[in-house]
Amino acid sequence: MAQIGAVVGAATEHESSGSFWTYTAGLGFALLLTAASFIVAQTDLLWQPGVAAGLVVLAVAQMGVHLVFFLHIGTDAEGTNNVLALTFGVIIVALVLAGSLWIMEHLNANMLTPTQMMDMQR
Amino acid sequence: MSAEAGLAALPAAEPLRSRSGAGPAPVRIVVGYGFWIFLLSDIILFSALFATYAVQQGQTAGGPSAHQLFGLRNAGIETLALLFSSYTCGLAIVAMEQRRMSAFYLCFALTFVLGATFLGLELTEFAGFVARGAGPTRSGFLSAFFSLVGLHGAHVTVGLLWLIFLVAQTAYRGPLDYVRRRLLCFSLFWHALDIIWVGLLTMVYLMGAR
Amino acid sequence: MLGKLTWQAIPWHEPPAMAASAFIILGILGILILITRKGWWGYLWNEWLTSVDHKRIGVMYVLLALVLLVRGFSDAIMMRTQLAMAAGNAPGYLPPEHYDQIFTAHGTIMIFFMAMPFVIGLMNFVVPLQLGVRDVAFPVLNSVSFWLTAAGALLVNVSLVVGEFARTGWLAYPPLSELAFSPGVGVDYYLWALQISGLGTLLAGINMVTTILKLRAPGMTYMRMPVFVWTALCSSMMIVAAFPILTATFGMLLLDRYAGMHFFTTDGGGNFMMYVNLIWAWGHPEVYILALPGFGIFSEVIATFSGKQLFGYRSMVLATLAICVLSNMVWLHHFFTMGAGADVNAVFGIMSMIIAIPTGVKLFNWLFTMFRGRIRFEVPVLWTIGFMVTFVLGGLTGVLLAVPPADFQLHNSLFLVAHFHNVIIGAVLFGLMAGYYYWFPKAFGFTLHRGLGVVSFWCWFIGFYLAFFPLYAVGLLGATRRMQHYADLSWQPYMIVAEVGAVVIMCGIIATILQLVISIRTRESRRDLTGDPWEGRTLEWATASPPPAYNFARLPTVESLDAFWVMKQRHTGNTSNVYPAIEMPRNSANGFLTAFFAVVIGFSLVWHIWWLVVLGLAGAAVILVSFGWRERVPVEVSGEQLAADEAAWRGAGVPG
Repeated sequence: MAQIGAVVGAATEHESSGSFWTYTAGLGFALLLTAASFIVAQTDLLWQPGVAAGLVVLAVAQMGVHLVFFLHIGTDAEGTNNVLALTFGVIIVALVLAGSLWIMEHLNANMLTPTQMMDMQR
Repeated sequence: MSAEAGLAALPAAEPLRSRSGAGPAPVRIVVGYGFWIFLLSDIILFSALFATYAVQQGQTAGGPSAHQLFGLRNAGIETLALLFSSYTCGLAIVAMEQRRMSAFYLCFALTFVLGATFLGLELTEFAGFVARGAGPTRSGFLSAFFSLVGLHGAHVTVGLLWLIFLVAQTAYRGPLDYVRRRLLCFSLFWHALDIIWVGLLTMVYLMGAR
Repeated sequence: MLGKLTWQAIPWHEPPAMAASAFIILGILGILILITRKGWWGYLWNEWLTSVDHKRIGVMYVLLALVLLVRGFSDAIMMRTQLAMAAGNAPGYLPPEHYDQIFTAHGTIMIFFMAMPFVIGLMNFVVPLQLGVRDVAFPVLNSVSFWLTAAGALLVNVSLVVGEFARTGWLAYPPLSELAFSPGVGVDYYLWALQISGLGTLLAGINMVTTILKLRAPGMTYMRMPVFVWTALCSSMMIVAAFPILTATFGMLLLDRYAGMHFFTTDGGGNFMMYVNLIWAWGHPEVYILALPGFGIFSEVIATFSGKQLFGYRSMVLATLAICVLSNMVWLHHFFTMGAGADVNAVFGIMSMIIAIPTGVKLFNWLFTMFRGRIRFEVPVLWTIGFMVTFVLGGLTGVLLAVPPADFQLHNSLFLVAHFHNVIIGAVLFGLMAGYYYWFPKAFGFTLHRGLGVVSFWCWFIGFYLAFFPLYAVGLLGATRRMQHYADLSWQPYMIVAEVGAVVIMCGIIATILQLVISIRTRESRRDLTGDPWEGRTLEWATASPPPAYNFARLPTVESLDAFWVMKQRHTGNTSNVYPAIEMPRNSANGFLTAFFAVVIGFSLVWHIWWLVVLGLAGAAVILVSFGWRERVPVEVSGEQLAADEAAWRGAGVPG
């Protein structure tokens, strides 16, 4: 395996010869998923309120394809460390994104709106 | 030392059950792992900007909105350029490992051209927005947009410069161990940029253009 | 030509600032003259400034931290003196705009340039030794990290002489820190100094994670790693997770200030609450980045000086990992009062209380380690016991503050100030002082003066309670943080007691300095020839004090937890006199030069001297390119050399 598989992964120096096909398969999957994303975004194929969720699912799937086929995460014996680090990173990213959105969306729950504030000053 | 803590009380030497006791890893693995950790930190850097973009998305301050600005045609071509550049970058590494150096140079040249195409399209788009009065200082939304997409573009720029530098080094020194390690780090970087672009495409363009 | 920089930037009309500037400049000049006259430049350059040895870099980190401890403390005692005076009609001696700079500088320096370098310095020094390896994963990068931190510290101190520092508080909340409300260079100094040092910290974190996960002596499985290594790993993972967020947040504020963008402005669709949200997404993990290595130090100290294996090693590891994840889920408790609804506040309040559980587990483990141990009351043990008492109190007030309704009463009061000093001094500073005394003989080959160590501990311990417990009370009475003057005369007695406490702490700092001076002067009589002055349990004690550059002539083979202690019991270890040659990295000026250009870039960005920015960037680019182009040519240490070194220290120290 090239990439992570070779750099981070197996301690052995030998490279597997299937790499060309790994990349080509990855490219194929990525193209399919990208096309699907564009179709979902531009047509009424999906129930409209679900489009955002559908796009997120497709994006996450494509990121997975990239990680497996291009970066070769988790396909070798020493891969546990990489996967653990990746898991930690994903947890942090998810917390930052979801936490920030939730907090920011909620932030005015106990606050007066500017118009209410104006009314009070009157 | 407490005297009664005799040899009997000592824990028996456990047999090694995992590879984690195998001793220091080879340089190749150490370098790759360190770079992988760096990439994770870079992705977390992006996540802060993603979060900001998501929060600021509606803050147009009376200026143009995402729906008015973004077209999917440009984003689609950018996506293809970056995806194929990632593919050729992977093929270049395969070629290098098999010591097929002319294929290696060809694939990296393609990677460079595709990356530069992506960058050119992005800059054209930016210039178009600025010309329409939708520059980064126009609104909170546009500040977040230019910073998020611009940071990715800056990474691509650095990647292109790095690519030239590494090709020069390979040509000068040949595929020595440490040169190959550097090339592998570059390829990790380039693939990671494509992963970030998938997020950008989805959140900024596909969702924004609707 | 010089951007915004004019003669007015020098604070001629502010006597305290000028006195401090003169003191710093004369001090630096004095040191430079001394070095020149003694002809130490070559030694300094070759052995220290360009060194990539993790031990030397660790020592430089700690030295930087100690110097800035003095700087940060002088800010603290100035504030306490002001508040002891400025009640009722008395204005005190510090004008508000000066006072505001002082509390900002105090917080910034103590967290970023005292605690962080101290923690990273000890990790740098100890972790490779405890892992039984020769260096960190990326030695040159390690040097770059240190020098970037030093560059940031230098910029903060330059602001004292040229220009001003931020008046915004240590986290520079917008909109106050935006250009509209802080048009001066103070916030820019703050931001660039922290961007530069933050990059250094991130690189140090990456380096440490890689070192621990990929470079360990043969046989050292994860569950045989010393607890300090575990805490260093978790702390470094949190650095990797949190510091990019800080960089991004400061980056956005810089774009607001330099490019007129609207991230956190009050107009143009900006939202300054996003800054508060993001800065605490970094800020809460930061607390544990500092505290976890402290916990690790206490674990090492308590096991060593109780003569027992640490109680509950596995639960300690699990608790550390739990904190590593949980600490990323509680950040909202720093801004309960900023408008979020009950759902959000309740979830983050409960998460904040949950994080007290793994911390409690650790405390019981330390207590049970001491139980039936043969405790030797050496100085590090004093710090550890002082920590346990102090930290429990600080933790309790923390759980109190984690209750949102209580927080609505207590936030931004001196009660809060007392709480976070209680945990940070109690856990971080006490831990660092314990580690400093504990590992000093390993670093320099002689022990520190015990009596003055005891004096230092008691001064810090008593001084801390005198300085901060009155603040709990006066905070409950309604005193807010960052106030420069108060009308209510009934608060003054508390403030005077707090001032006395600060003076007692000052005695502790003086004792620490004296301890260092006296110990150096009497070092011949306090040599540690065995390499193992405390009857240690972990691998750092298995080599000479100070260790050779390569740490271990042959990497030790680890067979269990507390590897060195078991080796001693079994009388295993080094048996053969034949050593294979090893390779060590060469010295590198990259770190020093990178920091030089970082200072140039930072300074010229603060003052908008654009041509100098371009020059600085060009210089940095040259360094980067030369680093990327370098050939890997290590230095070889021959087997004969290793055998000779090994025979020398073993012959001198170990009988038999």
